[in-house]
This record gives sequence, structure tokens and C-alpha cells, in this order.
Amino acid sequence: MNIQKNKVIGIVCIILLLGTVMLSLMLGSYSMAPEEVIQTILGNGNKLQNFTIFQVRLPRITLAIIVASALGVSGGILQAITRNPLAEPGMIGINAGAALFVVLWISSGTTAYYSALSLSTIILMPVVAITGSLLSVLVICLLAYKKGIRPVRFLLTGVGVNAGITAIISFYQLNMSKGDYNQVLTWTNGSLWGSSWNYILLTFPLITILILLVLTRSKTLDVLGLGDELAFGLGVPVQKEMLFFLVCSALLSALATSVAGNIAFLGLLGPQIAKRMVGPVHRTMLPLAAGISAIILILADTAARNLFSPLEIPVGIVVSILGVPYFIYLMLKGK
Amino acid sequence: MKIRIRILTAVGVLLLFIGMIASIHIGAKNIPFNEVYHAIVQPDDSINAQLVRDIRLPRMLCAVLTGGMLALTGTMMQGVMRNPIAEPSVLGVTQGASLAVAISAVSPIIRSVYSNFFMALIGAFISGILILLFTMQRASNQSISRILLAGTAMSTFFLSLASVVALLGNRSQELAFWIAGGLRQAGWIQVFFLLIIGGFFSIAALLLSGKINLISLGDEAATGLGISPEKIKLYTILYLIPICGVCVATAGNIGFIGLFIPHIIRKLIGNDYRKLMPLSFLYGSIILVFADIAARIISAPYELPVGLFTACIGVPVFLLLVRKEKK
Repeated sequence: MNIQKNKVIGIVCIILLLGTVMLSLMLGSYSMAPEEVIQTILGNGNKLQNFTIFQVRLPRITLAIIVASALGVSGGILQAITRNPLAEPGMIGINAGAALFVVLWISSGTTAYYSALSLSTIILMPVVAITGSLLSVLVICLLAYKKGIRPVRFLLTGVGVNAGITAIISFYQLNMSKGDYNQVLTWTNGSLWGSSWNYILLTFPLITILILLVLTRSKTLDVLGLGDELAFGLGVPVQKEMLFFLVCSALLSALATSVAGNIAFLGLLGPQIAKRMVGPVHRTMLPLAAGISAIILILADTAARNLFSPLEIPVGIVVSILGVPYFIYLMLKGK
Repeated sequence: MKIRIRILTAVGVLLLFIGMIASIHIGAKNIPFNEVYHAIVQPDDSINAQLVRDIRLPRMLCAVLTGGMLALTGTMMQGVMRNPIAEPSVLGVTQGASLAVAISAVSPIIRSVYSNFFMALIGAFISGILILLFTMQRASNQSISRILLAGTAMSTFFLSLASVVALLGNRSQELAFWIAGGLRQAGWIQVFFLLIIGGFFSIAALLLSGKINLISLGDEAATGLGISPEKIKLYTILYLIPICGVCVATAGNIGFIGLFIPHIIRKLIGNDYRKLMPLSFLYGSIILVFADIAARIISAPYELPVGLFTACIGVPVFLLLVRKEKK
């Protein structure tokens, strides 16, 4: 019965995802009819259509799916290990750490913006971002460590570290040239601008491996969600497992941040909606969370491209505008 | 305790006085003390006198007033929420005001100093009401982690909306100055607004301090003593919203003053809000006056954001408080 229901939900989710992908392929500064899109994908498009679909829109959408899956799973993990439904990688300093390092890197002037990105830049950017986010996780862990890491203390310390890092970022932003500044602003708010197949080649394998790794150990995650004492009683080495999942979550959000910037609230929305639909078992919940996050991000990105066209606003902002009302609803809703 | 309070007050007044004088004296052009004295007592038309009258003096007064008021709002919030980490900038109230100011700065119709104040008040009001609703919804929402996450989410939201506004209006870097906080725009109009609106509500809040004392003991104790905790909470939040609004309209988003000042003062004199609130005001003023001086001289001729200095002190205190928290 339950499995049946989950299957239906899964299929609906996939159909919705395909629908949004189609919508996103159609809309833009060069609009296409559905038949044209299908013809182009089947290989019968003209030069303009081929370029639009294969070089501009498809990489962007693919990247959106990858990034959203990573953030959704990352948020789901965090909510499980901190046992707090409001936890999210964007709010507890993980994304901010990545952002800080990228800002430092941009302000040190090693990238050429507005031009074609060289391959070394594409490889270096994620490395820089991952270093930053892991460092910030390390700092949070160190500061929160007091005879083991308690989830609540971890969260609160994360919020504090987030505030500190944000202050440092805004300090650096003030000293930048306008071009650098706008690049950083777009980046700190999250954007899929300039997506290319190279980004996908780099992030796709890593993120897939991480998500699969988490899924194979999702039983442990279920147990961790029950509480430290209970988990310990069931023979789970709590601290060790928590650290493992924390690192996975940080890596996932760092990878996502490295290519798409700091997209807040996505790691909150996906898992929350998924949990409401299929319950708290992570084996089914996490993939669904990834799918829902992807749908949200593609829709948000389509809106970000088209709403103020030809101006593009950072997609992270659209996600927050979508996400915050839901968040406020979560806050205000009585249990 | 009494002696401690007296010493603290005396030292505070002295420090504030030194800070005020120094703030007028130090700057891109150092003005000798005797000329400062002259410019205030018998103003003439010399450049130094004009500098003092039109730039240094209002700026110093703005620093004194916003610093004090921000510290005061933090103290009030901590009292009624019984939560050592509650503070307008942590809970998103000042960010709400910042968003409103960004909107007013970009839109061509409502762009003036007065509209800045008006918009900041509306912004602070909306975000303040949201936080109020959230904490009153149910008791568990007063737990530190829930309030904090809610506040962080709200500030993220308001700031990202402000970025959209600024990007669309092509004034993004100006917005960064707003968010970082600073007293560049301080003039006599700002002093006037701070005094009228901020002053009125600050005094109203100070009159409430006895009741905040009772609330900080716990809702049951307060009810037992015949006052309605919900009502006092409502009044306190309603008073601190306009104070936050004028502060943000004057100085942008200066964070953490309301967090660490009351915390330190509380360590020294205990939990009596009748003394805690005025002393927090005093020391908030001192910190902001000196932070503003530092912001002006450290990398002169450029100005650093004042919010950076307050964050430098605030974040460690915040982390310390979190570490000590048992649950």
C-alpha cells in the first residue's frame, strides 16, 4: 500500500520534472514552440535552435538538476542529524564559507570575468569553494565541541559563524571594483549564469557518488534522527556517523555552491515537502527531496531569466522569494 | 552592587564625554580642542566652525543616539523573550528596515530623507510583527534555536530581496554600504528624527523597565503579580520597532550592539532591568562613538563600515553565549 503510494508519487514527480524541463527549454529571449524543441532534440533543428538548446539551455537545466539534488539531499541530512526541521546548509555557515573563499579569490584578481572561462578556472573554482566550506565546517565543529558535538549547539554556532563570515564578505565587497562587485553579488545570491557542460562534467560524478553513498547508509540516518541515546542504544557510533554525514552534507552543498553560488532555502524546501509526502524514511525521502528541489530550481531559474528580461536576476533570490512564505508558514504553524 | 553601579555610571559618563570630544576632534582634518570649544560656544563662520557645526557634531550625536538605542532595544528584547541571544539585528528586524530603505533609495518617486525614515519604520514594523507572531504562537518557539533560525531566515530573505531591488535599480554597491552600516549620512535631520521618535519611545521603554523585570522572571511569576505578560511583550516590541526603524534609517544595519553590551553589563550589575537598560544605553553610545572614530581613521581617507567593528566584538560574544547554553 505504502510502496504503491510512493511509486505513484515518484512517477508524478518525474512527470512534473520533465514538464518543467520542457517549459524551461521553451521559454527565454528566443522562445520556441514545444514541437520545435522536440524536433531539435531529435536532431532536426536549424543552427539557431541547436545552439539555443544544446549550448545554452540544456547545460543550464542539467546543472540546475544536479545542484538542486545536491542541496536537497544536503538539507535533508542536516535536518536529520540536527533533528531540527529548519536547518539548512545556507543558514549555518557552510555555503557562507564557500562564498567567502570564492570572494577572496575573485578579489585577489585571478579570474577573468565576462570572458570565456578557461578550464583551469572551472576546476579551481570548485576546489576553492570546497576548501572554504570544509574549513567553515571545521571551525563550526571546533567552536561547538564540548564533550562531543550536540546538534543544537552545532546549529547555533553555525548561525553565529554565518553572521561573522557574512560581515567579512560585505567588508570585502565594499573594496571591490564595480565589475568584481556585481560578479560577487550575483554569486553570493546564487545564479546559474554561464553554465556550461564543463561544470557538469566536473560536478555530476562527484555529486552522484556522494548521494549514492548517503543513500546506501540511509538506515543509519533514520536511526540518528531518533535521538542520540536511542541511536547509541541501537549500536550506532553516534559521533562518528554524525561526522560522516556532516562531511557528506558539507561536500554536497560545497559542490553545489561552487558552480551555482549561494542558493538559500532550497535545502529547506525540498526535504520538507518530500517528508510531508512520503514520511521520514530517508531511503525514499532523499531522492524525492532531490527531485522536488530540482523542480523548484528549474522553475525559479526560468522565472529569473524571463521575469525582468533582458536583465537576469540571481536565481537564489527567486528561490528565497518562493521559499520564505513557506518557511514563515512552517514557523507559525502549530504542531 | 550599588557602588558598582555608581562606578560604572561615572566611568561610562567620563568615557562618553572623552569619546564625544574625540569624535569632533579627529577626522580628515584634526580640529584643535580650543577651536572645538569655540565652535560650540560661540560659532562663527570659519571653516573649522562650519565643519564642527555641520558635519562633526551631528555625526557624533547620531553615533551616541543610535548606539545607545540599539543597545537598549537588545536589552528589551532579551528581557521579554528571556533569551540571551535575542537582538533586533539577529532576528531580522533591522534587515526588514534595510530592505525598505533600499526600496526607497531606488524608487524615483519617494526618494528623500523623510521617505527613508518612513520606509524604515514600515520595514521594521513588518519584520517586528512577524517575529512577535512567531514567538507568541507557542511556548516552544521561544527556544533559542528556533528563534535564531527563524531570525536568520528572515534576514536572509530581506537582504536578498534588497539585493534584487538594488540590482534592478543598478545601485547594488550603495546597498552594500547600507547593509554594512555607517554614519556617513548623519546630519541634523537625522539627529532630529532620532531625538523625536527614538527619544520618545526610548523613554516609554525605560518606564516599562520595572515590568520587564517581572517578565524576565517568568510568565507565571508575572501573572501571579497581576500583570499580563502578553501585553507587556506586545508593548515592548511595539516600542522597539520605531526605535530600530530610526536607527536603521540613520546608520544602516549595525548589528550585535544590542547583543554584547547588555550581556557584559548584566555580568557586572545583575539582572535588574531598571538599571540594566539605562546603563546599556550609555555603553552602547560609548562603543558606537569609538567604533565610528576607528572606522574613520583606520584606513583614512577611506571609511570602513562601522558594522564590521561591532560584528568583530559581537560574533565572539555570540559564540560564547551559544557554547554556554545548556539546551
